[in-house]
Amino acid sequence: MLLQLEVAVTHLTGRRRQTLVSLTGVVLGVAFFLAVSSLMRGSEKDFIKRLVDNSPHITVSDDYRHPRTQPAELRWTNAAVHISNVKPQTETRGIRGYRERLAFVESLPGLRVAPILLGSAVLTFAGREQGVTLSGIVPKVMKTISTLPEKMIKGSIDALEANPNGIIIGTGLAEKFNLTLGRNLSVVAASGGSRAMKVVGIFRTGNAAYDENQTFTLLKRAQVLFDRSNRANRLLIQLDDPYAAREVARQIEAVVGYKATSWVEASEDILSVLIVRNIIMYSVVAAILIVASFGIYNTLSTIVLEKTHDIAILKSIGFHARDIRLIFLSEGVIIGMIGSVFGMALGAGLMQLLSIVQIKPPGVSEKVFLPIWWGPEQFALATAFAMASCILAAYLPARRAGSVHPVEILRGAA
Amino acid sequence: MTTILRADNLTRTLPGEVPVTLVEDVSLTIERGEFICIMGPSGSGKSSLLYLLGLLDVPTAGRVWLDGEDTCAYGEEELANRRLEKLGFVFQFHFLLAEFSVLDNVTLPIRRLGRLKETAARTRGMELLERLGVADQGTKHPHQLSGGQRQRVAIARALANDPLVILADEPTGNLDSVAGGTVRQILRDLAHAMGKTVVAVTHDPVFAAAADRRIGIVDGRIDADWRPA
Ligand SMILES: Nc1ncnc2c1ncn2[C@@H]1O[C@H](COP(=O)(O)OP(=O)(O)OP(=O)(O)O)[C@@H](O)[C@H]1O
Ligand SMILES: [Mg+2]
Repeated sequence: MLLQLEVAVTHLTGRRRQTLVSLTGVVLGVAFFLAVSSLMRGSEKDFIKRLVDNSPHITVSDDYRHPRTQPAELRWTNAAVHISNVKPQTETRGIRGYRERLAFVESLPGLRVAPILLGSAVLTFAGREQGVTLSGIVPKVMKTISTLPEKMIKGSIDALEANPNGIIIGTGLAEKFNLTLGRNLSVVAASGGSRAMKVVGIFRTGNAAYDENQTFTLLKRAQVLFDRSNRANRLLIQLDDPYAAREVARQIEAVVGYKATSWVEASEDILSVLIVRNIIMYSVVAAILIVASFGIYNTLSTIVLEKTHDIAILKSIGFHARDIRLIFLSEGVIIGMIGSVFGMALGAGLMQLLSIVQIKPPGVSEKVFLPIWWGPEQFALATAFAMASCILAAYLPARRAGSVHPVEILRGAA
Repeated sequence: MTTILRADNLTRTLPGEVPVTLVEDVSLTIERGEFICIMGPSGSGKSSLLYLLGLLDVPTAGRVWLDGEDTCAYGEEELANRRLEKLGFVFQFHFLLAEFSVLDNVTLPIRRLGRLKETAARTRGMELLERLGVADQGTKHPHQLSGGQRQRVAIARALANDPLVILADEPTGNLDSVAGGTVRQILRDLAHAMGKTVVAVTHDPVFAAAADRRIGIVDGRIDADWRPA
């Protein structure tokens, strides 16, 4: 074994109790770091997964990101043109030529897309009225991009194909209006068109507002009702790789011309909150390791004081200050490494324990477990933090040990 | 005769509000194979001179020549390398590492120098212990040994890298007359039979009588007329 390391080990084993206390600090620090970060990161991933799963990865809507360039601006591109009170031309709203644009998006690899015509309507049943969002969908493609089929508790979205006058509503509305499958109600679009429709399906997402206000019908029916034949005003896109959404949205927007919003853009505020949360969490768990490093500093300082004679001997024999520093730094490294190994074991145990804890959010009947993330990065991060704080804690005692002057010690001893 | 150790006008002053001069204008020449004693009253600067000759301390003025090299330009690490290769120290209080076995204490300088493999270092360590008559103590720890045995182990360690010069500061100061006699005999043999140069500080007139030459130090200066009381 390396001589300096051998001396380091004798120092630590010579002060067994204090070494153990320092070691415990690191073990607990690493374990706590892992338990907390795995829970926080786990809940973050869980949250993002919900975000990603329950909303379209990209939504192409019938808006433009920038207002159209006015002819005057096109004519004098570099002039200081100011045009006020521009009012967009009145036109039939919706994505123009949506079929070609849909075909283009469909031709891109790794995604599924569904057209939607979305508008507001008023449902009337037994003299009661409710304003709702009515989405015209194509059931066949809707199934490929939405979790709606899984949320159906009665009927199915395929029933829309069988009955062009069918409508799918949420449990909230069904309960409020006391509606069941097969009941007829009247639907009046904001544009004036109205029609009697039959409930062919009821869904439940768990989101109360959504379950009360969202309804679905056939795309064709919606086009007639809203008087917008051959139009859709949304393209909903689901990607194989949700994290590519921002880039794909940019590509689509460049070609299609309409605004394409990725889920990342739509949830920027939430994502930035998650980042802040992570910063807070890592500061707290890192602080624990920093506290643990005070224990190491204390132990090593004591050893340096206790071993000044040994240091003087080693230096008089011909050891360099560097060798002495190396001895004490390796004591920090040894504590850090052993502490990390046991800390990771304890941390993994805690994570295992947490992952079997069941939680019961109100109103949810299924079993819910704490989301624990087993990512290797956090193990690496915990070890890195532990090692860094151990080496930092060992640095000052090591420097002091390296600067011990043998003659001063020998004079004192004589 | 080859000069191994030479001091030119060595002065060592401790800085401070009232500077203390430990050693003043000491010049001496020590030949290979000589057994030299440094004597003088307590507090006269004998140990301080020994530290300067042993490259443990750096003179304020003057220079030390070791084995033909002027050491005054050397930095801390170069001085440490010279100590490791060419010098060996023995102190009054056994300065052995308590956690290491006797043999490990002896092989420490050998392993630090790193010229011998681990097994060869152990073999050499055992040889040295044998030469000093403590081979049977190799696996023990220093606290299990008598004072005389410890001092012999310290000498074995000083000899580990086959140095040119052994510097000893009152090596028998802590021993009874029998053990002291053994250590004295060993140091004498090192000089006369092995060709090592031995410089020893002592208060013991019997020890001094065994030396080839005695150097008296009074108030940090060489005093040729000094005789033990
Ligand atoms: N740090 C210091 N500050 C002030 N004076 C010091 C210091 N260290 C040593 N001295 C003084 O320097 C002088 C020389 O000390 P040194 O240890 O060399 O003497 P010595 O001859 O070895 O004495 P002894 O025979 O007692 O071992 C002494 O008078 C001592 O008091
Ligand atoms: Mg002295």
